Parts: sequence; structure tokens; C-alpha cells
Amino acid sequence: MKNAQPILEVRGLIKDFGGLRAIDTIDVQVHSGEIVALIGPNGAGKTTFFNCVTGIYVPTHGDVIISPKQRAPVRLNGLKPNKVTEQGLARTFQNIRLFQKMTVLENVLVARHCRTKSGIFGAVFRDKKTRNEEREMVDFSYRLLEKVGLSGQVNDLAKELPYGAQRRLEIARAMATEPFLLMLDEPAAGMNPKETRELDGLITRIRDEEGISILLIEHDMKLVMSISDRIYVLDYGEMIAHGTPKDVAGNKNVIKAYLGETFDA
Amino acid sequence: MEYFLELFLGGLTRGSIYALIALGYTMVYGIIELINFAHGEIYMIGAFTALIAASVLSLLGLSGPSLLILAGVIAVIYSSAYGYTIEKIAYKPLRQAQRLSPLISAIGMSIFLQNYVLLAQTSDFLSFPALIPEFGFMEPISHIMQSSELVIIVTTALCTILLTLFIKFTRIGKAMRATAQDKTMAMLLGVNVNRVVSMTFIIGSALAAVGGVLISSHIGQINFYIGFIAGIKAFTAAVLGGIGSIPGAVLGGLILGWTESFATGYVSSDYEDVFAFGLLVFILIFRPSGILGKASSEKV
Amino acid sequence: MIFGVNMQSKSTSVAGRIVSECAQSLMVSLWFMFLTFPIMVIRIKPLDRTIEWRWDNLFYIAIGSFFLSFIWRYLMKKKRDQGSSEDKEDWQNRIGLKMRSEPKVYITGMIVLGIAVTLFPHLFSSYQTQIMISALMYVMLGLGLNIVVGLAGLLDLGYVAFYAVGAYSYALLNHHFGLSFWMALPLGAALAALFGIVLGFPVLRLRGDYLAIVTLGFGEIIRLVLENWNKFSFGPSGIAGISRPSLFGIELTLNQHTIYLYYIMICLVLLTILVVSRLRHSRIGRAWIALREDEVACQSMGIDKTRTKLTAFALGATWAGLVGCIFAAKTTFINPASFTFMESAIILSIVVLGGMGSIIGVIIGALVLILLPEYLRAFSEYRMLVFGASMVLIMVFRPQGIISSLKQHYEFHGQSGEDLG
Repeated sequence: MKNAQPILEVRGLIKDFGGLRAIDTIDVQVHSGEIVALIGPNGAGKTTFFNCVTGIYVPTHGDVIISPKQRAPVRLNGLKPNKVTEQGLARTFQNIRLFQKMTVLENVLVARHCRTKSGIFGAVFRDKKTRNEEREMVDFSYRLLEKVGLSGQVNDLAKELPYGAQRRLEIARAMATEPFLLMLDEPAAGMNPKETRELDGLITRIRDEEGISILLIEHDMKLVMSISDRIYVLDYGEMIAHGTPKDVAGNKNVIKAYLGETFDA
Repeated sequence: MEYFLELFLGGLTRGSIYALIALGYTMVYGIIELINFAHGEIYMIGAFTALIAASVLSLLGLSGPSLLILAGVIAVIYSSAYGYTIEKIAYKPLRQAQRLSPLISAIGMSIFLQNYVLLAQTSDFLSFPALIPEFGFMEPISHIMQSSELVIIVTTALCTILLTLFIKFTRIGKAMRATAQDKTMAMLLGVNVNRVVSMTFIIGSALAAVGGVLISSHIGQINFYIGFIAGIKAFTAAVLGGIGSIPGAVLGGLILGWTESFATGYVSSDYEDVFAFGLLVFILIFRPSGILGKASSEKV
Repeated sequence: MIFGVNMQSKSTSVAGRIVSECAQSLMVSLWFMFLTFPIMVIRIKPLDRTIEWRWDNLFYIAIGSFFLSFIWRYLMKKKRDQGSSEDKEDWQNRIGLKMRSEPKVYITGMIVLGIAVTLFPHLFSSYQTQIMISALMYVMLGLGLNIVVGLAGLLDLGYVAFYAVGAYSYALLNHHFGLSFWMALPLGAALAALFGIVLGFPVLRLRGDYLAIVTLGFGEIIRLVLENWNKFSFGPSGIAGISRPSLFGIELTLNQHTIYLYYIMICLVLLTILVVSRLRHSRIGRAWIALREDEVACQSMGIDKTRTKLTAFALGATWAGLVGCIFAAKTTFINPASFTFMESAIILSIVVLGGMGSIIGVIIGALVLILLPEYLRAFSEYRMLVFGASMVLIMVFRPQGIISSLKQHYEFHGQSGEDLG
């Protein structure tokens, strides 16, 4: 059931690059427990939207506000990406950006950084507190890797993993930051149907078992329709449709955006 | 007032040399996004080659302007050859490598070339003959401006004009501009990127050699280490004007030349190099795109 | 391709291939004979401006480039075919794992090494010990720079500045206030760390190559200031008469001082190895490596890149400061000429040669680059030439250095994980 207050609210977001308006007045809401999808043709501004929310770009206008459970609302505009992650938003990238020369486990361990505290002193002297924290980090990371099915490749280098496994590793890494909202940028890109079905199950499990809400960008319509509670459709930086999968599937504007003017639904 | 004029013209002269060397930096950076650390050494090798050529030629009885021109041409040919070879050995194999690798390779090449000349020649300062002739019509103003300064300024202006025309109107010039904007696309359109890169190095090296010959004539001595300092300063000029921009390199060179000239003339001559390094640090921190450059952003 | 002439042979016969290979090498040889002719063959004597003709050099260039050309083409082909040198890294990891799983071999090796190290100054001359001290200093410098360049991926070309800060701190404090070595050591380190933060702060936003040049600029500015600000630093003539490290006030001979300094260095190097190793395998070490691998992803995973970079800079600088104090105490005389860009370049080449990020690699790199020229005295003139060439060659053929970083290996027995790294 939806809570009244959305955990992520984007109001009137505008992003200009010089003279180019990449995003034109977009409103998006994600409620607790939802899986929301962001779809649209290539170049519609979906990844730009992600970048504006996560602090990689600063929005030209508009507000990005988060209200996770039991916390006061926070305006994310202008916060640096690491601060945004500290607040509880984590993301994956369209072109996989794993730490290639680190092992699978280390990739996930790194993401524990913002939830842990030990500094130089602890690193050098390895006091009890640091050792405990380190052990907890390793355990936590290992369990996450078990959840995405990578516990067997814990000591492999990230670059040695097959493509689908790399995508799952990115998800595990994002989850290690203990987000309340996970933003996935084309998680199914390059996957075959079997892998996509497994991803479907994984994302649903993340929502159900971890209580993490999901906002995803995707092109794979089967996955989107199967998994999403609500869908937003972008084209040329504008929101052209929004609603449940059924609403969107029959929407004339959506069909026009994907297939062009001449097609008659 | 005369002092001011003298400093102004001195700065113009220095700036011209910096501009000639900076052009090489800026063109190479524009094409392959590499700071050619060894470019200063190309300048130095140009000067040494000119000295060697001039010494041999004067033994054969040559003198006067023909000596300057012939020695200069030989220096240009050799510097271009060195530039071409260095690119093939130290940079071309690293085109696909991580960002830091070509820079480290360039530093290694710079150290190698410095010591190559040091060992093959000498660590002492060698006196360089005044190859640029004294012009009679300069007599009356010779206390403000020397003949060699005039030659340097005019030559630089000529070279800049020729280069601009070359880039703008020739086929290879267009290919260079295309490659600088988008290497992959240029390649897909049939541009021979390897040849364009080689050409860029050759032209840049040639200009540096011209600068080397002229300034060595003017100053009267050279040493294996002059490439390092001149290189850093010329790089400062290139960044100041906007790296990748040809007019920027010239502008940067002139500004640096005047800054140094006036600062050492009115403030203190001990800290001459500090001004240049300070300017470099200042520009890179506060406006890395330089005066005429535009900031580029990374696609996430 | 040379001058547009396609030298690749289309024929597959052995004779045909040999001929074409020889032809290629011949062309290369001729090219280098042309290229190096003025500088190698014609020498201008500085004093009397006469010309010396050295035709034998032409011969050496011809032969040398002919054969090197074969080797170069062979190595290039190997590099192209190999793609990623994974099997190479694997043997190192296997050796590492083996050493850990067979403690007897490991411990025996360590004991032998320990004995050799302890007995060294008593078995060899004072001069040899001085050389070893020098090498150990570079080991420390290399490990310090390794934090900045190898782990965090920040190309610092002005590292020598922090070295100078340490040296001048001790020298000046000793000169003006008679401060002893032991008291100055932590002060020098702290001052260097402070400089690290101050110099690091403005350069944080800069990209790789620009960062490199700015740090180079800083390094040169510091050297020039030291050279010209006579009132403060005594200018080019430097500071002399710096005290050596004291041993409870006991009077020591020169030889004994050398031995004493050697043992101090051994202890400090061991300390450095321990600290750097612990840093690398810790939360902050991982943050550095993540920063090096992908700055954007690193930030998105919650790491504050500013703080991480500054920490790397400051910690790296601390080590240079420590070694600077030791340098001042060892030579008892310092001047700005010891702190040129070339020093930064040497330390950088140690890190690069050894393998960025690898502690063992840096140690080996330092020992090789510093000891080898000393023992091959006949070739010592060519030391810098070889430095330069090796930097280029390593980047082209083996950018990961002698020893690429060993993987961090974790074992999981059921529930909890244990770190074997």
C-alpha cells in the first residue's frame, strides 16, 4: 500500500546544458515499496534525470526531495553525489562502472565506506573496534553477494566476470550502501531472456525482502511491464505519459514516441 | 618611457618564442589529449642541431644570412624527424592505454633526450654564434630593440599566419581539425589518423626548432637543460591561452612574455621563473580552460 | 610502414620473411643513423669551439638500432597478441598464495633475510653501507609516493617539495634552536603533512595530466623560493653542520654513525612497510583504489573524493618529510640543488617500475634503480639515460610494473569471513 508521502519527489525538474534543454519540467514520485520505471526512446533524458537526482549534475530549476520513513524531508539539489548516497539513494550505471581491478568482494566492501567509520588510526593500529567493523563489513558484503548469486566468485577480479554477473555485482555494490531507494540504469541491457527473468526475480526480491524501493530505467518492455507498479514515459526531455503499465501501454503518445508518427495504433 | 618600451619589446620577443613552442604543445594536445613533455627537448635539439650545422657549414666557408637559413632549415628537418620518431616510439603504442601512461612515457622520453644530448655533447654551456645579421636601419633604435628581436617577432608572425592558413585551407589541415574534434568519427570518414598525428608532431616540432634557432642566436648560448624550462613555460602559455587553440597559444605566449619581462624589469629578476610557474599554477587551478578555450565535460 | 612503403611481406616462405624482416631493420637502422648523425657524430668542444668527428658512434648506432629493431618488433607483436596479460599476473598470485599456505618456507626465508640485513653493515664497508642507506631512503620515498600515485592514482610530480620541507625543517630547527634529530623527526613529518594538505587542496578538482603539471609547478616554486629567499633558507649555499642522530649522547665515530643510521633506516623501512600495508588493506586503502579506478562511481558509492584525495596527499607527504629529515642528518649539509624535479622523476620511476600500488614491487624497484647503478659503476654516467628509457619501455610493454598488485584474497568457511591478505 502506498504511503501518503512519497519517499522521492521530483518537482518541476529542468536541466539545461548551455542552450540545450535536456529535461523540461518533469515531476516524478516514488512511494515506499514501489517499483517505478522510467522509459523512453534513446536520448530522452532518462540518464540525465538520474544524474540530476544523484548529484552528478546540478538541476537548473526544480526540486529533488526525499522523505524516507522516520526522517525529515531533505532537499537534494546541489548535494555532492557522495552526500546523496549517504542520504540513502544508490544507483547503478548504464555503462557498467565497476572497479575493474578490484575483486568482487572488494567492490562491495568499498560501498560500505559511507556506513562505516574507521580512519587512519584504526587502519594502522587495527584496534578491536576497527577489526570488528572490518569483520562486519566483510560479512555484510558476503551476504549481499549470496543474495545476488555471486558468492562463489568472491575473489575473482571484477573484470573477469561475465557480463550478466557484472550487472548483478553492480546491484550488490549499490545495495551495500544501505539505500532506501535503489536507482537502476538499464539493469537488463545486454542480458538474454533467461538472465532477464532472473533479474526480474532479483529486483522483486530486493523490494520484498529488503524493503528497498526501486526506480529503474529500462528498455526491455517485457521486464518493465512485468515488474513495475507505475511507469513514467519520457521523450525529448518531457514527460509524455505516466500511470500503471496498462495505462501506458495503450497510450497513443507513447506509441507515437517509440514508433513514429506514421504508425496507426 | 624608453625603459618601458624596451621591456615591452623584450617581452614581445620572449613571448614570440614561447608562442612558437606553445603551438606544438597545443596542437598535440588538441589531437591526442597528451601533454608532450618531451616537446621542450625537441626545441633544445633544434638549437643544438643548428649550432652543429652552423659550425660545420662555417668551416666550409658559409656565413651571413645564408648560414642562418641553412642551419635553420637543417634544424627544422632534424627536429621534425625527432618529433616524428618520438611519437612512433613513446606515444603511438599507448593510444589506447590509460590516461597516465602516455604522460609518464613522455616524462621518460624527456629525461632520455636531455641525457642523450648531455652525454653525446657536453654539460657545459656552449656559445651559439650570432647568426642573425645586424640591420643597418635598426641602428638608431638599437638601445630599445635589437635586430634579432625584430627578426624573431616577424618570423613568429609569419609562421603563425602560415600555420593558420595551412590549417584552414589545406586538406590535411582540415583533417587535423576533424581529428581534433572527434578522432573516431574522423577515422570512420576515412581520415588517416596516424598520418594526421604524425603531421601534427612534425609541424609542432618544426615550429619549436625555429624558435630554438632564433632565440639561441639572440641569447648566444645553449645548454642541454634549456628544453625543460622553456618547455614548462611554453606549456604555461598554451594552457593560459586555452589548450587546443592555436590563437590561444600565441596569445598565451605573448602574455607570458610580457608578464615575465615587466615583472623582472620592475619587480625582481631573481624570481623570474617563479612568476612563470606561479602563473601556471594559478591558471590551472582557477581557469584550466584558459582564455580562449572552452571547458569540456565528461559524459556519465 | 616506413615512408609509405609497405614493408610487410606477402610471401609466407621463411626466406621471404627473413628478407623482409632484415629489410625493415635496415630501414630503421638507416633512419637512426640519419637522425642521430649531428648529435652523436659531430661534437662541439665547449672550450675552443672545434669540431670532433666520432664516426665510431655512427657504427654503434647502425648496429645497435638494427638489432634493437628486431627486438622491438617482436615485443610489439607479443604485446598485440597477448591482449591482457592475465597468465602473467596469475603466477605472481600463485606464488603469493603458496607462500602463505606453506609457512615454513616463508618463515625460513624471512629469518635468512633478517640475519642478512642485520649483519650487513658489519660485513661490508662503510661506503657500501652508505649506499644501502641511500637505497633504503628511496624505498621509503617510493612507498610514500606509492600511496599518492599507486593507490589513489594522483600523479604527483612535485613530491620532492615535501622531501625538501622535511629536510629544511630539521636543518633550520637544528641550526637556529639546536633541535635534535629525534625531536625534529615528528615535526618534519607533521610539517610535510601540513604542506601536503595545503598543496593538495587547490589541485583536487584537476584532471590527471593537469594535476601532474600543477604539482610539478609547486615543486619547482618551492625549490626556487628556497634558492632565492636567502634570509630564510640561506639560498644556494644551503645549510651546513647539521647534527647527526644522537644515541643517548654517546660519542660515535663516523663509521659508527653510519652503522647507527643504517639500523635506524631498517627500523623505519619496516615501520613504513607495516603502516603502508595496513593502510592499503583497510577501509581507506580501498577508497583510494576505488578513487583511482573510477572517480565518478567512487563518489556515487558514498566516498568523499575530496577528503580521500587530501588524505592520500597528506599521508604521502608525511613520508617524504620523514626521509627529508634523515637526508639532512645523513649528509649534514643540504641545499636546494638536491630537490629538483629530477628527484621527483626518479621516485616516480621507482613506483612505476615496481608496479603501481604494489608494496613489494616498489621495494624491488627502489633497490634495482638505486643499487644497480652503484654496482655497475662503469655505466653510472648512463644512469639517467636508462631511467628515461626504462620509463618509456615499461609504459609501452609492461605498464603494470614488475609486480602488479597482488589480489586481496578472502576465505569463507561457512558464515564469517577471514582476511588472509
